[in-house]
Amino acid sequence: MSTHTEADILVIGGGVVGLSLAYGLVRGGDRVVLLDEGDDALRAARGNFGLVWVQGKGLGQPAYARWTLKAAAAWPAFAAELRERTGIDVELSQPGGLTMCLDDNELAERAAQLQRLRGEVGPDYPYDVLDGDAVRRLLPQTGPAVAGAVHCAADGHTSPLRLLRALLQAYEDLGGRYVPGGRVEAIAHRAGGFEVTTGGATYASSRLVLAAGLGNRTLAPLVGLSAPVKPNRGQILVTERLQPFLTHPTLYVRQTGEGVIQIGDSKEDVGYDDATTLAQLSRIAARAAKCFPLLEGVNIVRTWGALRVMSPDGFPIYQASTQCPGAFVVTCHSGITLAPQHAGPLADWIRGGEEPQETRGFKAERFDHVPTH
Amino acid sequence: MFRRIEGQAPRRTIAIEVEGREVNAREGDPLAVALLEAGVERFRDTPVTGAARAPLCLMGVCFDCLVEVDGRPNVQACMVTVREGMRVRLQHGARRLEPAR
Repeated sequence: MSTHTEADILVIGGGVVGLSLAYGLVRGGDRVVLLDEGDDALRAARGNFGLVWVQGKGLGQPAYARWTLKAAAAWPAFAAELRERTGIDVELSQPGGLTMCLDDNELAERAAQLQRLRGEVGPDYPYDVLDGDAVRRLLPQTGPAVAGAVHCAADGHTSPLRLLRALLQAYEDLGGRYVPGGRVEAIAHRAGGFEVTTGGATYASSRLVLAAGLGNRTLAPLVGLSAPVKPNRGQILVTERLQPFLTHPTLYVRQTGEGVIQIGDSKEDVGYDDATTLAQLSRIAARAAKCFPLLEGVNIVRTWGALRVMSPDGFPIYQASTQCPGAFVVTCHSGITLAPQHAGPLADWIRGGEEPQETRGFKAERFDHVPTH
Repeated sequence: MFRRIEGQAPRRTIAIEVEGREVNAREGDPLAVALLEAGVERFRDTPVTGAARAPLCLMGVCFDCLVEVDGRPNVQACMVTVREGMRVRLQHGARRLEPAR
């Protein structure tokens, strides 16, 4: 038996990007239905590292750096708002973050990147370069192998799982409807609206947002859009809970609010395989132990792999369809960092407001002459 | 609370140290069993809420019987066998790390 549901906006994809948008849309007053897959879906939002990260992002695309800076600045109010609505503490902490470098060349390379970025973005772009002793003064448990670090005062971290739960709860409390467990089978565009079929049911709306992560690749062309995203695997290790010792997040090692040390990261082009490999896990663990030698005897309790959603240049795609007006595609790599911008300015744009200044260049046409395979 | 099943072959008694106090154990027993027989009911307090924990599964799965053994924290007491002179401490909260040398 089939059912039919009407909404103002359908959002496809219940990861952190889809939920941030859906929350922003329902907060703005729209009737929203969010269609999500089941627990067997590829879920970047449930496997990611949880950084709210600014440093290094946007080289060659200063608009992206500015968009990221705005997101980081919006995070404290966003976390407070979610806590007020849901009672969930997303464990946001933005004390500044570090990228540890194990030799002088690595440090010089990082520092040069950040200098170029500052040149592109503006003199206020926040970062400073710390030598090994300065790092050890800031984080006394840093090992002697660390040659230095790039520090950025805007960086921080949050609990990605608590964030996802808070977004879903806030969304549902405001009347948003969450429909999990089905894969979208068809999207039809007719008479100024959209009809989406999943699990024998149909959903109709005047607007449609594709936020399906890697799934956007096949969904976008159904509504005249393009999202040539590909998977990139990261592997993560987590330790037993430990007494707090790491006051600042680093790019590869952070301590969660509950004491767990989370260790990443790897970048592997292995298609849709989200398994772990001993070779990568041991490399990741060895690097963490070099940065923080006191981790050497600590027990690892879980490891996993997850797939990033990467466009050919790593920057987002935010686009409205001209062929099927009312359809939008949203995809990015940094769904955690950008959550406040997606719930705020981007959701406002989808509701009919002005497109944010920073996102206007992030259209898929830029890949038209780039091979995507 | 816990009673040993009758009719087992007799085994040598050895001494271990629990929270600085000498406790008798049977050679070959898992540490968790020796602690339960010695009347220890609160093996540890959890890191987040401080709730009391004791062994649940006794087969290495639940990680609730974590104790410190000879200075090594977060050891599953059900997965190690008692040894003469073994020093055991009960855990409070999360594992403490030795600072870098």
